[in-house]
Amino acid sequence: MIKIVKRDQPSRAIFFLTPVLAIFLTLVAGGLIFFILGFKPFEALKFFFIVPIADKYGFSELLLKATPLCLIAIGLSFCFKSNNWNIGAEGQLTFGAIVSGGVALLFYEQEGFYILPIVILAGAIGGMLYASIPAILKTYFNTNEILVSLMLVYVSKLILDYLVVGPWSNPEGFNFPETRQFSDSAKLPLLFEGLRIHAGIFLALAAVVISWFVFYKTYLGFQMKVSGFSLKTAKYAGYKGKKMIILVFLISGACAGLAGVGEITGPIGQLHREISPDYGFTAIIVAFLGRLHPVGIIFASLVVAITYLGAETAQIFMQIPKYTGQVFQGMILFFLLASDYLLFFKIKFIGSKK
Amino acid sequence: MHKFLIRSFVSSLVLLFTLTVAAVAKDVKAAFVYIGPTGDHGWTYQHDVGRKAVEAAGFKTTYVEGVPESADAERVLRQLANSGHDVIFTTSFGYMNPTNKVAKEFPNVKFEHATGYKREHPNVSTYAARFYEGRTILGTIAGTMTKSNVIGYVASFPIPEVIRGINSFTLAAQKVNPNIKTKIVWAFTWYDPGKEAEAAKALIDQGADVIAQHTDSTAIVQMAEKAGVYAFGQASDMDKFAPKAVLTSVENNWGPYYVDRVKAVANGTWSQKDTWHGIGDGMVVISDLDSQMPADLRSKVKKLQADLASGKVHSFTGPIYDQKGNLMVAEGKTADDGMLAGMMTYVKGVEGDIPK
Repeated sequence: MIKIVKRDQPSRAIFFLTPVLAIFLTLVAGGLIFFILGFKPFEALKFFFIVPIADKYGFSELLLKATPLCLIAIGLSFCFKSNNWNIGAEGQLTFGAIVSGGVALLFYEQEGFYILPIVILAGAIGGMLYASIPAILKTYFNTNEILVSLMLVYVSKLILDYLVVGPWSNPEGFNFPETRQFSDSAKLPLLFEGLRIHAGIFLALAAVVISWFVFYKTYLGFQMKVSGFSLKTAKYAGYKGKKMIILVFLISGACAGLAGVGEITGPIGQLHREISPDYGFTAIIVAFLGRLHPVGIIFASLVVAITYLGAETAQIFMQIPKYTGQVFQGMILFFLLASDYLLFFKIKFIGSKK
Repeated sequence: MHKFLIRSFVSSLVLLFTLTVAAVAKDVKAAFVYIGPTGDHGWTYQHDVGRKAVEAAGFKTTYVEGVPESADAERVLRQLANSGHDVIFTTSFGYMNPTNKVAKEFPNVKFEHATGYKREHPNVSTYAARFYEGRTILGTIAGTMTKSNVIGYVASFPIPEVIRGINSFTLAAQKVNPNIKTKIVWAFTWYDPGKEAEAAKALIDQGADVIAQHTDSTAIVQMAEKAGVYAFGQASDMDKFAPKAVLTSVENNWGPYYVDRVKAVANGTWSQKDTWHGIGDGMVVISDLDSQMPADLRSKVKKLQADLASGKVHSFTGPIYDQKGNLMVAEGKTADDGMLAGMMTYVKGVEGDIPK
């Protein structure tokens, strides 16, 4: 007989094991879906998760894909840890890219070592400015940050549309919706000849280290943790809540803005309408899969990045619809939320007695 | 003796290798990169119909759907070039820079980019269709069928391709009915059924009784069906989605071009080209004309279609004036391809301004 018993305390081991369980269940369910669709499940899973990263180029593409996801998810973990639901990282990414792209265009056909740092900084500031809107509205006008940050995503995309179609469009580009290509001084340096992986990965790694330090070694990290557990306790302890809310939003916005910079000054090299395949939303899955822990987020961003690459490979070699990649992302989140049940309850097997 | 054996073994290996290479060379594989899902019943769907024609002609094909125009496009292209594909069709404007970038690294693979203008390497061709010829037909029908003299037009993005379509449509409609006005709503999307339906509704509310579209979903014809006004299918024959509303559709017919180009790769005769085909070459096809249209209109349209195909009629024949009344094309002249490619002004009779 199976009995479900409530745990006295959430299990810490289970807390870090459930993401692994969720990934395992996703693989099983994914294999089952492939089987039902008429594909050989193991072969399909091989093309999905192993073939894309089997060579040097594939592995570099994995890192390229994981970089923005990791960067944004680290930023989001500041918000999520402290009970601030910033759903608009995609908008902060877009606005950061707009500001940074605008600066890069100002330096069109100019060379100089100082250009890239300014372009990067502009992106971070752009992301912070954009994230400050839901933060200020929340702290001073009590608005719901989920709605405000989400709606601002669409606003940012419309601003980008307007700019690349109109004032910033390439004068030699037959009025197609794209800007000029940035000059080399405004682009992130490539790490290896022939591969697309660029210096942006160091920004992500720096964010990982800094966030670990802040979360576990600073007073701010402690405040965030307490606010995450209970806002009332935080208030009782005398924490200045408003300041912290604005700060975590700014950090989150800066990270998303930097992710946008990485895309446009890295592999894309210009502004156009589609600079991000919804990294800002996918990073929410990454943040939770990584348990809002910096190291966990590194692994989670790699796992989620591979669902993108695998979907392409599986379609090229096995004609599996590419949208299964999104199904996999959805399943990971679903199984993670479902297995969180095990945090608070345990399953007991009781021998049946006659 | 040993040497002889080894030598014959080696030479037979070489022969085998040459034979395999020859067999592979004949076995041309084509790849297609799509912006949307193959089931969109619009742009991507029609490219996939073209791909199937290539399969039917005996060639192997691969496709990847839903490839965003972000940094991902380059990886997909490189993977396709790296996995034994001889010719790759990239079917959206935003793939232009990645296509040229990857083409540089794979000089032996042919690249065909739809709707772009960059051919930076000898292995890159571009192709597009003269959809504006189809819109001349639609304008003629709309100008005749409208009672309110207000024609709605759901547009995607203010780029020459779309402006050209609006102008071609309006000029044709004015020719049969000088009193018409074309009202535009910019949806700023190529494919978003929700937004497109809203745009169509806004136009119907403003009195439009014929709706044209330059976006890809079937939402607009379905909205027209509900409201009891006329509409035209885009990219594929959309009659089955709105049998009463749809008078005809302009179909994108890529199959013949794709088969041609893949065959050219197989024969070794492929060379860089910039193709812009219209009704005459069969790249733009007009679907069956609905029986709600009067018989004389139907025969008029058939004749117009034949004249556009033969080149007797050109969609942009002067005199053409812009909104302010300035002469764009003089009487007796036709607009050249350079003017068409960069067209960014409305002709007289179109309402509103181009979003800037």
